Amino acid sequence: MEENRQVYLDYSATTPVKREVLDAMLPYFTENFGNPSSLYTVGQKSKDAIRTARDQVAGLIGAQPSEIFFTSSGTEADNWAVIGAAMWKRGKGKHVITSAIEHHALLHSGDHLEKEGFDVTYLPVDAQGFVRPDDLEKAIRDDTTVVSIMFANNEIGTIQPIAELCRIARAHGVLFHTDAVQALGNVPIDVNGLGVDMLSMSGHKIYGPKGVGALYVRKGVNLPAYMQGGAQESGKRAGTENLTGIVGFGKAAELSGQNLEKHIAGLRGLRDYLLEKIRAEISDIRVNGSLESRLPGNLNVTFKYIEGEAILLLLDMAGIAVSTGSACSSASLTPSHVLDAIGVPVEEIHGSIRFTVGDFTTKEDIDYTVEALKTAVSKLRGISSLSRDSGF
Amino acid sequence: MSMYNETVIEHFSNPHNVGDMENPDGEGVYGSPVCGDMMKIMIRVDENDVITDAKFKTFGCGSAIASSSIATDMVIGKTIEDALTVTNKQVLDALGGLPAIKIHCSVLADHAIKSAIYDYAKKRGKTYKGLEGFDPDADEEDTHHGCDMETALPEHLSDL
Repeated sequence: MEENRQVYLDYSATTPVKREVLDAMLPYFTENFGNPSSLYTVGQKSKDAIRTARDQVAGLIGAQPSEIFFTSSGTEADNWAVIGAAMWKRGKGKHVITSAIEHHALLHSGDHLEKEGFDVTYLPVDAQGFVRPDDLEKAIRDDTTVVSIMFANNEIGTIQPIAELCRIARAHGVLFHTDAVQALGNVPIDVNGLGVDMLSMSGHKIYGPKGVGALYVRKGVNLPAYMQGGAQESGKRAGTENLTGIVGFGKAAELSGQNLEKHIAGLRGLRDYLLEKIRAEISDIRVNGSLESRLPGNLNVTFKYIEGEAILLLLDMAGIAVSTGSACSSASLTPSHVLDAIGVPVEEIHGSIRFTVGDFTTKEDIDYTVEALKTAVSKLRGISSLSRDSGF
Repeated sequence: MSMYNETVIEHFSNPHNVGDMENPDGEGVYGSPVCGDMMKIMIRVDENDVITDAKFKTFGCGSAIASSSIATDMVIGKTIEDALTVTNKQVLDALGGLPAIKIHCSVLADHAIKSAIYDYAKKRGKTYKGLEGFDPDADEEDTHHGCDMETALPEHLSDL
């Protein structure tokens, strides 16, 4: 094994900030540090920078700049959209629909609403990870006010038929939100073509900085303010802006738009190469989730008879970063709810590894990873009390 | 890996006593694949009731493998009575501690050893004070259904 080789294959967790993004941010820490709300020149320069960033983020999803509201994270955008919209429409009804495979930002917002007396329906997904439009149609009731279905899943990468789901919701006069944190920069997004009312985004998944996200809110959707205070973000989200973060997010969005096709093709090529090599080199695996309509960089594989945290540790020792759906690796000791929802047997969830490739991944990284993986899997299978003969 | 100390990493990377044993004098399995940890321990016992060898096979996370390794080390050379006094805490201490959330893994080692001794005692028609009230099947049934890991967690962590 090569010494000190570092291979990062967890781009869905976060991405490194691109050099151009960092360069765009740096002046706003020092010389252009003004408060965007201040009227003098250095303040107005900051205000201009935020305006540019808003244009850049809007441009990536085909929105109007006035429809973009910066937040601290994708999680904040999700909370604001779903809880805000449910509270806003509670006069009409108290029923919200989401899916079983949402990010915890959504699932726990659902829990919160239930505590507040709302009814929340969690739509199941099929074995490939897709929400069935018919299920949504059937779940909508007279008192339904909001539907929130994630654009692309963080664990298995399935890209939902958002346009179709959105059409159904809108036909019933129900607001539609989508968590596009994973989809942004990996799938072409046009909010008008899709018809969504609200869409959540995050900066650090597209080679921007952490600590900044945004919520797209369609003009006319009068979502209540999320923070009370000053007039920032049209009075909807008070608090002095995360200037450097917003500038970085804007630049990252611009780069993402420029490179989108190349980025998608590049990631897909690497991901497919990774899968092909794993299939050729390692037996008794299971690919989790559909290979059609899937994020280009995502691969989720179960290595049977062994446990994911142990695989993760051995790969980490070889300098390789991946993640796992195993209960052992989670703070709550519960296995992945996403893999559970698509019907992966629990014992096979424990052995699941998510690989996500990105713009800095090379073919050599993949070759190195599969070699290390082969060694790790064979070592752990040698230790394991389970095997093909033991029947799982 | 900062989550585990060096002793744990060493026992995980180069575990001792891995393997199967032909015709073991006692064999115990504890845990279940559904819960993410399943440990099988086999022991060889001589005429003086001394455990001369122990082997393990474990499906589980890094700390489950490390605790299997160190727990088998700890019982080799001990009499059955002494091996039965090996506690979960001793396994933990020998490992230099585990992250709070991982403590259930050392509970598995303790139980798996007891199960192997139980099997040995049953085969030889022996009784040991340290096995009083121990029922490997009943315990296993519990874990199958509940994957009851939180019981091993300090109270302040149970809401994680």
